[in-house]
Amino acid sequence: MESLSNKRKVIESKPLNFWERAYLPAILHGLAITMKHFLFKKDVTVRYPEQKREFSENFRGMHSLKRDEEGRERCTACGLCALSCPAEAITMISAERQPGEENLYREEKYAAVYEINMLRCIFCGLCEEACPKEAIYLDGDIIPADYLRKDFIYGKDKLVEAPLNQ
Amino acid sequence: MGTADILIKFALIVIIFLISLLIAMYSTYAERKVAAFFQDRVGPNRAGPFGILQPLADGAKMFLKEEIIPTHANGFLFIVGPSLAIMTACIGSAVIPWGQKLTIGTHVIDLQVTDINVGVLYIFGVVSLGVYGVMIGGWASNNKYSLLGAIRAASQNISYEIAMGLSIISLLMTTGTLSLREIAEQQHGWHWNIIYQPLGFLIFIVCAFAETNRTPFDLPECETELVGGYHTEYSSMKLGFYLFAEYINMFVSSAVMATLYFGGYNFPFMHSLGLSENWVTILGVIVLFAKIFFFIFFFMWVRWTIPRFRYDQLMDLGWKTLIPLAIANIVLTGLWMTFIK
Repeated sequence: MESLSNKRKVIESKPLNFWERAYLPAILHGLAITMKHFLFKKDVTVRYPEQKREFSENFRGMHSLKRDEEGRERCTACGLCALSCPAEAITMISAERQPGEENLYREEKYAAVYEINMLRCIFCGLCEEACPKEAIYLDGDIIPADYLRKDFIYGKDKLVEAPLNQ
Repeated sequence: MGTADILIKFALIVIIFLISLLIAMYSTYAERKVAAFFQDRVGPNRAGPFGILQPLADGAKMFLKEEIIPTHANGFLFIVGPSLAIMTACIGSAVIPWGQKLTIGTHVIDLQVTDINVGVLYIFGVVSLGVYGVMIGGWASNNKYSLLGAIRAASQNISYEIAMGLSIISLLMTTGTLSLREIAEQQHGWHWNIIYQPLGFLIFIVCAFAETNRTPFDLPECETELVGGYHTEYSSMKLGFYLFAEYINMFVSSAVMATLYFGGYNFPFMHSLGLSENWVTILGVIVLFAKIFFFIFFFMWVRWTIPRFRYDQLMDLGWKTLIPLAIANIVLTGLWMTFIK
């Protein structure tokens, strides 16, 4: 058969010579190799909770709902993020801004409830791309582990950015 | 023998028992750490500083696990198996001389539980009893994998005991005694038996690996073929006893190797340092333990280097290589003693 590449390795099987059959030189060689690892090789482990690896520039982690320069929530509950979400992880309930709440919400409509199910989310970033108000970014950390499924549904308490310092 | 002497003896027994348990406990930790370093990993480091409390955590886990005795297992023998394994592992250390005599006031304390004149034979007897623990446990489990593991353990131990015994015979030809105390005393200073019996030591250490069921001869618990081998059905502290017995066996066989071939508690220039007898004795005990720890480390070193033998290769090595070599060693020793010495 014609070979696809010109790579070829001739395999020869000679009978073992005396020293090879005696095992011992090979065993000593192996012991030397492992000892080299024991003495000189550094471990590559990142001791996770204490030590963290640096994320890349475009790493997508936990979502955060942004505020504008005056500390008002940018989200207007248009629902484009929920619509774009391929995993259907986002749900929201919108509400109308009442007089006197202008310092809390930027638009007349805002998200009263905004929930992301972190078990469904695939961190694709389409919500970020879909948002016309630049209100959601996946710029957070890794989602921490938890014991119950219901605890993975993150509400506004966890998602909204901390308010500006007054 | 007065009351004080009996009390001292009793204390010695308890101390040696505790030390072997402690060393076995920390061998499990050392094994994991050593394995980690050989594989460029970190190893257990969560329980306490550097994971130093890991053995306690493991022990607590073992005690809290559910005790399962399979319905079709023989209940009595199922419990006898691990008990026998741990018991034979523990009594092996009785004849090992840990050091010379300590003199406190008028009392002369012999750092050896008992100096029987057939010490080497006693060790052999205990070691060959050890396989019954594995065999009975595997058989009583009423599980084909356990049974296969047990059969392998039995045949392996019987095969390697022959080579081990033959390698010891050539050692006994040069020392002329079966008492471990006398063998240790003959190796005063630099006159270690390894110099006179290098081939014998090589055979002995290979057989020691086989007798303690350590890699490369850990076929009785070969996971790939036999699930867990003889302890497949065991859980909780009964499993713990089997694992523990392996580490105690390792400790005892390291001690035997150090005593028979590496001078036991002897070290070079031990009487030209100008120290008092008691200090020399204490230093000797430390030296003996250093040798033992080196051998335990060597057991681990080999475990993380050499892959497991196939069953037929194991039998080949035992019957076709080690036994003829051991016999040749006896002949060579005999010739050397007749014509050169």
